[in-house]
Amino acid sequence: MAATVVRSSRRSMRQPLTRSALYAIAIGVVLVIIVPVIYAVLGGFRTTGQISADPVGLPHPWVFDNYIEIIKSATFREQLLNSLVVAAITMAVVVPCGSLAAFALARFSFAGREAVYALFTLGLLFPLTVAILPLFITLRSLDLLNNPFGVALPQAAFAMPTTIIVLRPFFHSIPTELEEAAIMDGCGPFRFFYKIALPMSRPILATVSVLAIVVSWNAFLLPLVVLNDPHQWTLPLGVTNFSTQYSSDTARILAFTSLSMVPALVFYVFAERQIVSGLASGALKG
Amino acid sequence: MPPAADVGRGAAAVSLDEREPPLRNGLPASPKGVDAHASAPFAGSGRVGAVWRRRLTILAFLSPALVLYLALVLAPIAQGAFYSGFDWNGLEPLEKFVGLQNYRDALADPVFLASLRHVFLIVVLSLALQLPFALGLAVLLNQRLHGRAVLRLLFFLPFVLSDVIAAIVWRLLLMPAGLLDGSLEAVGLGGLIQQWLSDPDIIMYTVFFVVTWKYFGFHMILYLAGLQQIPPELEEAAAIDGASRAQSFRYVTLPLLAPTIRMSAFLSIIGSLQLFDLVWVMTNKGGPVGSAHTTVTYMLDHGFERGQFGYGSAVAVIAFVISFVFAIGYQRFVLRRDVAGALTTAGA
Repeated sequence: MAATVVRSSRRSMRQPLTRSALYAIAIGVVLVIIVPVIYAVLGGFRTTGQISADPVGLPHPWVFDNYIEIIKSATFREQLLNSLVVAAITMAVVVPCGSLAAFALARFSFAGREAVYALFTLGLLFPLTVAILPLFITLRSLDLLNNPFGVALPQAAFAMPTTIIVLRPFFHSIPTELEEAAIMDGCGPFRFFYKIALPMSRPILATVSVLAIVVSWNAFLLPLVVLNDPHQWTLPLGVTNFSTQYSSDTARILAFTSLSMVPALVFYVFAERQIVSGLASGALKG
Repeated sequence: MPPAADVGRGAAAVSLDEREPPLRNGLPASPKGVDAHASAPFAGSGRVGAVWRRRLTILAFLSPALVLYLALVLAPIAQGAFYSGFDWNGLEPLEKFVGLQNYRDALADPVFLASLRHVFLIVVLSLALQLPFALGLAVLLNQRLHGRAVLRLLFFLPFVLSDVIAAIVWRLLLMPAGLLDGSLEAVGLGGLIQQWLSDPDIIMYTVFFVVTWKYFGFHMILYLAGLQQIPPELEEAAAIDGASRAQSFRYVTLPLLAPTIRMSAFLSIIGSLQLFDLVWVMTNKGGPVGSAHTTVTYMLDHGFERGQFGYGSAVAVIAFVISFVFAIGYQRFVLRRDVAGALTTAGA
């Protein structure tokens, strides 16, 4: 964990030719990445007639009806809200449960501790995809179909291994002296956890929370299976359904898709650091 | 190519950090310094009451996570294995036990076997093209370039968008006479136009392209993190010894990056085996005549769309066994070296 990130101070590239070649490559890649996004956003400002007459062109004239209609529609707001609710529950379950378990696995010594930890890490090899059919049966018998908890609880359960693996070394690195001092002051394990360990771990908790939100926000398979009632649909389900329902109206689909990108993009811009560092440490530290 | 699981869908059950103790039974060893004999401040006193109170405390800390995990992760996996022995539509009572028949049917179904080949194709193309591409861009971003931060933000952008959004936008962009066809025609390359998403011979390559678009950023970030851990002195020393840029990359950077590369390959393969959302939406549930089925889309198509729960479960078990065996084998034979001390062996 003590890995110090060393900024590379490389030989500067003296040949301007190499340098411009690098920029050319970078710009080429950026274009391929960004064109679909721009196509979607601009396409939303056109009519389907414009798009089929000239797939490459710009909006002419600019049409705002698609966006306005969708923003005004109750469907879009409902799905946005559902996505938020599911993501919030997922985070509110996995972060507290995961930190409690990671804390116990880091700070207590007891028989079978490593076995419990190994059991959790084993979960990394059990992707949600292979459990989806029996999970559906389980959720049906728990009466959790068409319920945000039916999506959020399994998501939290499947995010548990990563959360614990990322948090455990962090809790372990809290100095023992701090804990001894707290015990001297009459602090029990729960108080120490709540009053000292958690506040100290804010950055890593933020990272774990952000990851849980991103995974939940983009989830498709589980909501697809669990949520049949259109009023419970999250945005990925809504977008998919919208694109089948209005399959001949390209412009409307593009407008709906663009709008549903917005929350993720805004979130990305604000939480880029947590997302990037969380993914890297989740993958590499595990 | 999609990186595996849930931190970016599934972090790895392995340690990349060569300073950490070796793997036990293919599972990560405990974090550095955590070991069963470490002194535990919350050890409690020797009295029986205190012992029980301590046990209860530990249980209280562990149980929420453990209950959730056992009930919603481990139990369903076991249940799936049980269902796979039945001819069952998910509704009627479980009565028609058929033994291994579902497995025999699956392994005899050309569409299922084709789905395995499709996944294999994605795995091979990812390792051969997507990961080197990601590595190249990571090296590029590790140079002193203007706008490096912006480039990184943009390169990583597709990964943050959901698979569903990527699938829908690309589907529209690739439709006949859509943006791609129109652009090709505009620059006089109309001859290259294909039925991107309806020609069974082309569709998996289209899928691979979009998967690359969506996921290379994740691998690039891993490589970038790995590159920044390499002390610049090593490359400077190589330069002083007269190594060219290419030689320095080949003999200094690449060996030091090897643990990261092995890990990213692992995540890429595991991710490919779980490929679902993007394919399901972009190819409309597996493409014409199943030409774009992955193992998971095939499973869902049979399990839910056709109500063959028993059969779908058997497919899930096969998929699970493949990725499990692969993951254990990879950790045993490929990642093992990384814990043996990549730094010392790399220079040899």
